[in-house]
Amino acid sequence: MLTVENMNKTENWRSVALHDNLRVRAMILAKIRQFFAERDVMEVETPLMCHATVTDPHVVGIPVLFNRLGCANETILYLQTSPEYAMKRLLAMQIGPIYQISKAFRQGEVGRIHNPEFTMLEWYRPGFDHSHLMDEVDVFLQTILHTPAADRISYADLFQQYFSINPHVADVEVLSACAKEKMIPIESNLPDRDAWLNLLWTHYIEPRVGHERPLFLYDFPVSQAALAKIRDEEFPVASRFEVYYKGMELANGFHELQDSAEQLRRFEKDLAQRKQRGQPVIEIDKRFIAALEHGLPDCAGIAMGIDRLVMLALDCKSIAEVITFTFENA
Amino acid sequence: MAVYTTNEIRGGMKVMIDNDPCVILDNEFVKPGKGQAFNRIKYRNLKSGRVVERTWKSGDSIPSADVVDVEAQYLYNDGAHWHFMTKETFEQYVMDEQHLAESKQWLKEQSDCVLTLFNSSPLAVTAPNFVVLKIVETDPGVRGDTSGGGGKPAKLESGAVVRVPLFVQEGELIKVDTRIGEYVSRVKE
Repeated sequence: MLTVENMNKTENWRSVALHDNLRVRAMILAKIRQFFAERDVMEVETPLMCHATVTDPHVVGIPVLFNRLGCANETILYLQTSPEYAMKRLLAMQIGPIYQISKAFRQGEVGRIHNPEFTMLEWYRPGFDHSHLMDEVDVFLQTILHTPAADRISYADLFQQYFSINPHVADVEVLSACAKEKMIPIESNLPDRDAWLNLLWTHYIEPRVGHERPLFLYDFPVSQAALAKIRDEEFPVASRFEVYYKGMELANGFHELQDSAEQLRRFEKDLAQRKQRGQPVIEIDKRFIAALEHGLPDCAGIAMGIDRLVMLALDCKSIAEVITFTFENA
Repeated sequence: MAVYTTNEIRGGMKVMIDNDPCVILDNEFVKPGKGQAFNRIKYRNLKSGRVVERTWKSGDSIPSADVVDVEAQYLYNDGAHWHFMTKETFEQYVMDEQHLAESKQWLKEQSDCVLTLFNSSPLAVTAPNFVVLKIVETDPGVRGDTSGGGGKPAKLESGAVVRVPLFVQEGELIKVDTRIGEYVSRVKE
């Protein structure tokens, strides 16, 4: 029989995070707000529930049902996967430099360093390109985590160094041969070139880099440009960077794409990929495209995982150690 | 046959990989913020005992294995074959001595154990975590020694040899942790 006493014994109501960990988390949040206050970057809040969601086939929004009182029809909304589109709409209104600390939600992502609901720090700097923003992120990590100055290496140089290949042109045969040579035991047939690059990255390079100091990895393959500008170098590259430290991906930044037509083409390509994979059909965020059409100022932006930042500060092995209640006992 | 997708797989599940029954030890979700998700799965092949780690694309599926653990009793051996009987159904099973591995050194007639059955034939036998067995052979103790000290080897009635404290004598019953093969305490008859 269910009684108050046996519920206390059987129900896992406690947080696994220690008081001290939660105190460090609170201190880090305060330091982040101070960092941006000193630089005149304004804090904003944008909706967690939105009518549209991302098209990226690898990032899936969690749908929620809304029912206006007295109305029979339900509306599907999505918990935001990142406040990017809403913040860019504010930037298109010339709001100036902004940051946000908010919850973000990703369908299906549960693991040692993943919780489907997590805390994200996102900030935008009008007038910056990705290299200028990398400078600021480096200062940010030195301030918040007391890290040594970061290393920087391009995606091409790193793949050249570890596999002696050019990741911008290597085909699936070349990439799968690299996986075989390095004895990465992959069971599945991977759908495309990017999945093979992701495999080589996550299973071979990522565990080996950024242990002494943070690593900024920049100039991604154009097929992984997402919302970044593409530049013509020796090979066309995406002005995108990621931050790695102690074996964990911590942040992802772009020199933001301003061209609304190009953005729309990329979204449509995502939707075609989703269709091919049998994923649910979703609509493109028309308000975001309209804001780009109006004009996004030249800017760079970055999204950083706060939970992982706290894990690094405390040298924790699991995300559960730094959040009050995880997905399993939320 | 039932299948599990990579995201459902947890430690302890029994699955078929390369046509062999395997037990899952660990399943790590690996995913770049933007990019393909993977599951890095560690498992033990129940036939060979080998521990292997492999990666699947998230969402792929792996068939379940018809592997069950049943409570049983060890009856006797005829030199080459060991005979067991399940406690609930009284069905008898026979295993080759070579498949008993480490477990056989802890079993004496009438001992409880767990039989792992795959497609209704025995795959492995596991002794209880703690067993009580008689010492059949050990050097005489040293007078006055009451602590562990260096210890000495002692042969048990089931055939296992464990290190025991110097004060423990031949003919005594002792409790042993079979998972690590270590002496725990003396037991009064």
